[in-house]
Amino acid sequence: MAQNPEDCHYTKEHEWIRVEDGTGVIGITDHAQSSLGDVVYVELPGLGDTFEPGEIFGNIESVKAVSELFMPAGGEVVEINEDLTDSPELVNTDPYNDGWLIKIRLSDEREMEALLSVTDYEEYLKEEKEK
Amino acid sequence: MDGLAGMPELSEVDVVRHFTRLSTWNYGVDTGMYPLGSCTMKYNPKINEVVARIAGFAHQHPLAPAEASQGSLLVLKLFEEALCEITGMTACSLQPAAGAQGELTGMMMIRARLEERGNPRRRVLIPDSAHGTNPASAALCGYEVVTVGSNERGLVDLDGLRRAAREDAAALMLTNPNTLGLFEEQIEEIVRIVHDAGGFVYMDGANMNALVGIARPGDMGIDVMHINVHKTLSTPHGGGGPGAGPVLVSAELEPFLPVPRIVRVADDRLEASVDAPRSVGRVRAFFGNFGVIVRGLAYVAANGPEGLREIAETAVLNANYLAERLGETYDIPYRGAFMHEVVFSDKWQRACGVTNADIAKRLIDYGFHPPTMSFPLIVPGALMVEPTESNGREELDIFVDAMKSIDREARENPSILTGAPHLTRIGRLDEVAAARRPVLRWKPET
Repeated sequence: MAQNPEDCHYTKEHEWIRVEDGTGVIGITDHAQSSLGDVVYVELPGLGDTFEPGEIFGNIESVKAVSELFMPAGGEVVEINEDLTDSPELVNTDPYNDGWLIKIRLSDEREMEALLSVTDYEEYLKEEKEK
Repeated sequence: MDGLAGMPELSEVDVVRHFTRLSTWNYGVDTGMYPLGSCTMKYNPKINEVVARIAGFAHQHPLAPAEASQGSLLVLKLFEEALCEITGMTACSLQPAAGAQGELTGMMMIRARLEERGNPRRRVLIPDSAHGTNPASAALCGYEVVTVGSNERGLVDLDGLRRAAREDAAALMLTNPNTLGLFEEQIEEIVRIVHDAGGFVYMDGANMNALVGIARPGDMGIDVMHINVHKTLSTPHGGGGPGAGPVLVSAELEPFLPVPRIVRVADDRLEASVDAPRSVGRVRAFFGNFGVIVRGLAYVAANGPEGLREIAETAVLNANYLAERLGETYDIPYRGAFMHEVVFSDKWQRACGVTNADIAKRLIDYGFHPPTMSFPLIVPGALMVEPTESNGREELDIFVDAMKSIDREARENPSILTGAPHLTRIGRLDEVAAARRPVLRWKPET
C-alpha cells in the first residue's frame, strides 16, 4: 500500500491534488486504485479545457468497472499524463507520482481550503469502512 | 497437378463433427444453471422456436401491404396489448431492438414532451445502484446525470432525491426491483416527489420478472418504461438471437411513441400508421425484431395470466431460498425481502486471499455459469445471483452445495480458487492483458 502523502489535498471521491507553483497536479488515491483493481484505460480531457470544482473531467476503466473522475478544484488543463496511454498500470503501481492524471492552472488556490487534509481523508476512509 | 484437386476437402461428417465438438465447448441455459444476476437467464421454451418458424411468420416480408400482413400485424397488436395489461401502461411501441434502445426512446419522448411544455430541462436523476445503460441513455439525449444515493437498506434515499429533484430535473430513471434485488417500497412517494418537481419517472423494466402478474408499474404512477423481452419473456440472449426492448408509456406520452403505430381501422382490420405529428419518429427499421416478438407472444399465450404470475412467484421464491441457505456462508450486505435476485459479497472470503472473481471462476469447475460480478457498484466484491424460476429445488441445492464447498476450499486451500477454472478446455485467461494489450485480427487500414 502506498502512503497517502501529506502534501496533497483529498476529496471524498478519492482524488488528490498537489499544488506546485500555482499548478495543481491531480490523480486518484491509493484507496481508489486498489478498489478499482487493474486499470486498463484512462480517458482524459483536452489541453485548454476548463472545469469547475466537482465537475467530471474524465473516466477511468478497470477490469471491473468504469468510474468518473471529479475535479478537486477549478482550472484549465495545461498538461495530461501521456504515459498512461501505453501504461495505464502506472495508476495502480504509483498513484501519487508517475500515475498522476492531469495538471491544471488553478483558478483559485483558496479552493484547497475546502478539501480534506491527509488526516481528514484517512479518518473518512475509516468511517466508510465501518459503515 | 497431382490429380487430387477435385476431391472434396471436407466431408459432411467432418463438418458435423467440427460443429458438434465446438458446441460442447459452449455453456448455455440448456446445459445447466446460469445464475447471471440482472440478466434473467431463464429457459427459452422450444415451442417459441416452433411458432417463430411457422411459414407465414418466417417468410413475411416487411414491405408487404397491410392487406397481406393481417396475421403479422395481429401478432404485433396482441403483444402490445399483452404488455400494456402486464405493466398497466396505456400504450406501447415494439420497435426498440433491445432494452438500452428502449431507454433511449423513452428519454427521447420525455425530452420531446418537456420541449413542448417550453423547457427540456438539464438533468436526469439516476440512483447509484442503476444499470450502466441508464446514464448512457440520458447522456445520449443531452442530459447531465445526477447520481442519487442509496440509504442503509439499499433503497433510494428519499432526502437525497428531494434535494436533487429541482426544477431542472427532467426525469428520474429507476429500476424496480432494483439491482440489489429489493423492491423500492417507497415507489409512490418517489413518484410523487419527481412529479411535484415537474419531472417524469422512467422505469427500467429489466427486473420485471419479479413483478409480472403481481404488481404493475402503471399503477405506481410510472410515466414510461421498457421491458426486456429476452429477459422476462424468455427469448434468446445475445448470440442466441437479437433482443427486443418494447417501450410503454402513459396517456400523456402516447402521442410521442415511435411510428409506425399499429392501429385498428374499419372491420377490425389493422394498419401501420405514420400519422402521428408529435412522434419522435422511427427508431428502428420496420417493426422491430419481429421474430423475437413472435416468441415473446408465444410465451405469454402459453402461460396465460395465472402462469405468468406463478413464474414471478417461483423466481422470487428461488432467490429467497438461495439467500436463506447461503446467507451464513456468504455475506449479504443489504438484507431484505428479496425479489428476483440476491447480491452476496466476497467479504468473508477476502481474508483468505480470494476474491469474487476466484469464487466465480471456481463455480465453472462445479458446472455452473458464474453469477454477475462486481455489480452493482455499491457492493464491493459483489456476486449477484439470479436463479430465475427455471431451476427446481434439486438444482438449487446442488448450487448451494457447490458454493459451500468453494467456501471451504477458500479456507483450506485458496490456491484451488485463485488458479480456477481447472476443468475447462482453456484455463484462467489474463483479463488485464486482454484489455490493456488486445491482439486484434483486424488491422487498421493504412
